Amino acid sequence: MGAILKIVAQRLALGLFVLFVVSLIIFLGVSLLPGDLAQQMLGQTATPETVAAIRRELGLDLPAHIRYIHWLVGMLHGDFGTSLANHREIAELIGVRLQNTLFLASLAAAIAVPVAVTLGVLAALYRNSLYDRLVNIVTLTSISFPEFFIAYILILFMSVKAGWFPSLSNVSPGMPFWDRVYYCLLPALTLTMVVIAHMMRMTRASIINLLSSPYIEMANLKGLKRSHIIIKHALPNAWAPIVNVIVINLAYLIVGVVVVEVVFVYPGLGQLIVDSVQKRDIPVVQACSLIFAATYILLNLTADILSIVTNPRLLHPR
Amino acid sequence: MNQPVSKTAQTADAAPPPTPRVRGWRLAWRELRKAPWTAKIGLFLIFCYVFIAIFAPVLTPYGESQVVGQEFEPWGSQYLLGTDALGRDMLTRLLYGARNTIGIAFVTTCFAFLIGGTCGILASVLGGWIDQILSRVIDILMAIPQLIFALLLLTIFAIYIPVIIVIIAVLDSTRVFRLARAVTLNVAVMDFVEAARLRGERIGWIAIREVLPNITAPLVAEFGLRFCFVFLTIAALSFLGLGIQPPTADWGSMVRDNATLITYEDITPLLPAAAIALLTVSVNFVVDWFLHKTSGLRDEH
Repeated sequence: MGAILKIVAQRLALGLFVLFVVSLIIFLGVSLLPGDLAQQMLGQTATPETVAAIRRELGLDLPAHIRYIHWLVGMLHGDFGTSLANHREIAELIGVRLQNTLFLASLAAAIAVPVAVTLGVLAALYRNSLYDRLVNIVTLTSISFPEFFIAYILILFMSVKAGWFPSLSNVSPGMPFWDRVYYCLLPALTLTMVVIAHMMRMTRASIINLLSSPYIEMANLKGLKRSHIIIKHALPNAWAPIVNVIVINLAYLIVGVVVVEVVFVYPGLGQLIVDSVQKRDIPVVQACSLIFAATYILLNLTADILSIVTNPRLLHPR
Repeated sequence: MNQPVSKTAQTADAAPPPTPRVRGWRLAWRELRKAPWTAKIGLFLIFCYVFIAIFAPVLTPYGESQVVGQEFEPWGSQYLLGTDALGRDMLTRLLYGARNTIGIAFVTTCFAFLIGGTCGILASVLGGWIDQILSRVIDILMAIPQLIFALLLLTIFAIYIPVIIVIIAVLDSTRVFRLARAVTLNVAVMDFVEAARLRGERIGWIAIREVLPNITAPLVAEFGLRFCFVFLTIAALSFLGLGIQPPTADWGSMVRDNATLITYEDITPLLPAAAIALLTVSVNFVVDWFLHKTSGLRDEH
C-alpha cells in the first residue's frame, strides 16, 4: 500500500509541476507580443504619456516575476482581472459560463459513457460478426467527422425537419433543470458522437486483449456461456484501461465543447474564448486558457492515478 | 512480422524477372487488388480530391472570389450549387476550397513531420540528456489541450496563414516526436545500428541510412492520421473564424458563412463540411488497411 501512495504522490507532484509550468507559459506567452498590453489597448496613435499611465495602472511597470506572482495569486483567489474589450470583471464573465460548460460536458458524459461501454462489450461479444464490422466502420467514420458537421446534421434533421429540439441552446441562469437538459440535448448528442467512437473501440480492444489469457480459456473449457465469461470474468479486469480511456475522453470533452458551443450559440466558456480571440482580449483568453488547461491536466492526472490504483501490475515496474 | 510481405515478394520473383522498379509497382498493384473495398474507395476518393485541387481553375468558369450573382441564389443550371452570402458561385468556392484547405493542411503536416520526426529520431539515437530535455519539453507541451493552445497563440500573433501553419505544425509535431522516438528506440538497439556506430558513421548517416528505412511504415501510417487531425483542426479554426481568412475559399469558413441556410432546410452549407468528412474518412480507411498490412505499430491514438 505504501508503494501505491508513493507513486500516486509522485504523479500528483508531477501534475502540479506541469500545471505550474503551463501557467507560466500562458502568462509569459503574452510578452511575445510586439509592444505590450498597454500599447495593444491604446493602439498606435497613443501618446507615450497615456501609455505610461495605463502601464502603471495595470502594473506593467513591475518586473515580470512579480507580475506573474500577482497574476497567479489573483487567479487562485478568483480574481482574473478586467477585460480589455468591455472593462468588466473577468470573474463575472466567466462564472455562469463555466457552470454552463461543465453542465453541457457532464450531460454529454452521462449519455456517452454507458452507451460506449455497452456497445464496446457487445462488439467484443460478437467479435468479427456483421455487427462488429458495422460498428467498426461507423466509429471509424464518426472519428473522422468534423464536430460542426455532426452538429449541423443533427440540427437539420432533429430541429429544422422534425422540430423536436431548438436549434439554439440559449439557456438562461434561472431555467429549471429539465428545461435546461432539453435545450442542451442537441449539443450534448453532438459531443457524444464525437467521443463515443474512441471509448467504444478501447473498450472492445481491452476486452479482446483479455480473451486470450489462460483463465478465460479455462472458463471457456468449463463450458460457461460466452456472455457470462465476458461480463463476469473479462470485464472486471478490463475496467482499468476502460476507466482510463473514459477519463481521457472527458478531458477531450472539456476542450471539444468550444466548437459545439459556437454552433449552438451556447453561452459557455468556449464561446467566450472564441469571441475574445477575435477581439484580441488577451486577459480573458489567458484566464479561459488557464481554466481549460487546468481542467484538462487534472482530468488526465486522474486517469493516470486511477490506472495505477486499479492495476497492480503497474506497481512493480520492471 | 514481415512474413506475408516477403512471401508475396517470392511469388513475384517466380514471374519473368522485370526490373526492380517495375516489380515494385506490380507488387503494389497486386496488394491493392487484394485490399478491402473500404481502402479501394478511400484511395479512389483521395485521387479525386488531389485532381480537383490541382485542376480547380480549369473545372470552373468563375474566379475564386468573383461575385457572379445575387446572394443565396438557389441551385440551378447557371450556378449548379447556388451562390453564397456575397453572391459568389458555391461550386467554384468548393473546388478552390479543395486546393486551399487541403494544401495548407498538407504543408502543415509536412512541417510537423520534419520537426517532430527529426527531433524524435535524433533524441533516441543520441539518447542521454538531449533525449531527456526534449522528452520533458514535449510532455509539457502535450499537457495543454491543442486547440486551446492554438487559440492562445493566435491571439498573441494575429491570424495569418503562415502563423497558423507554424503554430499547428509545432503543436502537432509533439505527437510525431513521441511516435518517431518510440519506433526508433526499437531499431536503435539492433546489431546493424551498433555495427554502423562502431564503423564510426556520423549520427546523420545512422539516422537516415540505418534507422529511417526501418521505421517508414509506421511513420507513413502516422502521416495519414496526423494529416486528418491537422486538417480537422484547421477546419475547426476556420469554422470559428480564426483560421484561413476571407476572401480565400476554405471549407471551414464556408460552413460558417452559409450556416443560416440550414434553418431553411437547404443543405448547401453541409457540402463543404461533407467534403471535409469524406476526405478524412477516406484517409482513415486507407491508413487502417495500411496498418493491417504492416502489422500495426500504432501505439497511440
